[in-house]
Amino acid sequence: MQKLQRRTLVKALAAAGIASSTFGLQACSSNDKSQANGKRVVIIGGGFGGSTVAKYIKRFDSSTQVTMIEPKKTYMTCPGSNWYLAGLVDVDYLTHDYETLKTKHGVNVLHQMATGVDAVAKTVTLDNGEVLEYDRLVVSPGIDFIYDAIEGYSEEVAEIFPHAWKAGPQTELLAKQIQEMPQGGRFLMVAPPNPYRCSPGPYERVSMIAEYFKKHNPTATIMVLDPKTKFSKQALFGEGWRDVYGQMIEWYGSQDGATVTKIDVASKTVYSDFDEVSADVINVIPAQKAGKIAFTAGLTDDSGWCPVDQDTFESKIHKDVFVVGDACIAGAMPKSGHSASSQGKMCAAAIVSSLNNLPMPPTRNVNTCYSLVAEDYGISVVGVYENKDGRLSGIPGAGGVSKAGASLQERKMEADYARSWYQSITKDIWHS
Amino acid sequence: MLKRIPAFAASVLLAGNLSLLPSLASAEQVQAISMGEAFATTCFQCHGPEGQHTGGTIPPLAGYPRDLMLQQLKDFKSGKRPSTIMDRHVKGYSDAELEAIADYLATLKP
Ligand SMILES: Cc1cc2nc3c(=O)[nH]c(=O)nc-3n(C[C@H](O)[C@H](O)[C@H](O)COP(=O)(O)OP(=O)(O)OC[C@H]3O[C@@H](n4cnc5c(N)ncnc54)[C@H](O)[C@@H]3O)c2cc1C
Repeated sequence: MQKLQRRTLVKALAAAGIASSTFGLQACSSNDKSQANGKRVVIIGGGFGGSTVAKYIKRFDSSTQVTMIEPKKTYMTCPGSNWYLAGLVDVDYLTHDYETLKTKHGVNVLHQMATGVDAVAKTVTLDNGEVLEYDRLVVSPGIDFIYDAIEGYSEEVAEIFPHAWKAGPQTELLAKQIQEMPQGGRFLMVAPPNPYRCSPGPYERVSMIAEYFKKHNPTATIMVLDPKTKFSKQALFGEGWRDVYGQMIEWYGSQDGATVTKIDVASKTVYSDFDEVSADVINVIPAQKAGKIAFTAGLTDDSGWCPVDQDTFESKIHKDVFVVGDACIAGAMPKSGHSASSQGKMCAAAIVSSLNNLPMPPTRNVNTCYSLVAEDYGISVVGVYENKDGRLSGIPGAGGVSKAGASLQERKMEADYARSWYQSITKDIWHS
Repeated sequence: MLKRIPAFAASVLLAGNLSLLPSLASAEQVQAISMGEAFATTCFQCHGPEGQHTGGTIPPLAGYPRDLMLQQLKDFKSGKRPSTIMDRHVKGYSDAELEAIADYLATLKP
């Protein structure tokens, strides 16, 4: 009852154009606890970006009240989900809970969906009607899909031709289809256009499916139809595919006419200038944009992503709202979990510094993306980024991909580092 | 390099704005985040939280003697010490920045 009155009041104030931040500090709402001293941070999304921000705000300043909104009780990572398709890891390995964030760091985790943001009243509305007030808001909702870019494709068709680009039931569905594919059948991937989550991800995926087929379906074939002319770590993937899988993987780009424009579900056929291709299992990874709440909150620009300050990740549209991870425009940084976590740390530093009226440290962001070409064959790409003229840019001379023609021992070392990376980053974010 | 601001200095910094904060006590505990700390937190993604507990093959960093760490970082940069990816990382930092990182990592307990 009290909550309802409060909400009505906030709305009335917003309608009257009164910024209610002063009022909000004194008013009563569900996240207004005794320790709230003008330092209430609400975070939307408990993935790589949001969970990192939650933990690191508490690490830098335990007196800040942090509330994280995440509908899922457990989070399954996309990193490692390709390894799962190869049968190298199981669902448990990829699944993380929020217990440490709650009990050790005192993050208030609400398993709800955020449905609205009022950047003037500084409130977030949840699925259950609850309204949270914030002094700073962080939005890290990841991606959403553009379903209508390919004729015949839709959200419903994604249940038949899974994208598995958000880990969970879709990943398990794709694994099942791969396992049940007839001997000697064809797996077809429709790769996404730029920009999308995890640039090397589609190519690690076909590598891992090849790893599975090599053991269980050695006469199967894999085809990738790509609307791009080239892709991340292309030379290294190409070298690995030839060395490990011979002719099993075929890739065609937009220069070959391989931009898919139409899909027919009944005949399992995809259409492009390249050819009409039918397949037994079809994995369509659609074009992408920022997660839905970023649009609802008015944080996106014409590109469908969120422009942010390149040091603090504060939105260029709404003050005191920050966007990290896949949803933000971070210059040359790729959309990866590693990037999201790096950005989350800089964002946490910015928020703690500003809430405590302390100087903000200089920032530096990094990305490290390992890909497994085979179980014991790893390659990587690295980038170190700084804000140059308002855009995160790779520092010249730093970064780059693994050496071409490296020894199998080096490839094995990188594969072991990939697994070690997974343990470290998930521990850093969710379990320490 | 930037040093952590001692608690009393932080409160002096805040003096002009005290009225905004209900209590000085909580503000006093929070110190400015140094460049070394800000940069070093991004090492944890591979080398484990607080430079501890990695997944096995990547070495932990916590408690590494400062001079030894700095030497390794510089050797990665010059190529004297071979690596798979560390050379690609350290080239993104000046020697002064690597010093700040090594200073900070040396404060972490193994
Ligand atoms: C196959 C594949 C492999 C990958 N491999 C790697 C890899 O090896 N290394 C790497 O670094 N990256 C990898 N990635 C990329 C990585 O998964 C993403 O970049 C990363 O998850 C982005 O983090 P995020 O916080 O932006 O979004 P997410 O991690 O997707 O988190 C968003 C969270 O927000 C929640 N959410 C969304 N909307 C709302 C709302 N309205 N209210 C409340 N909560 C909401 C969602 O439930 C979700 O949990 C891979 C991706 C794929 C698809």
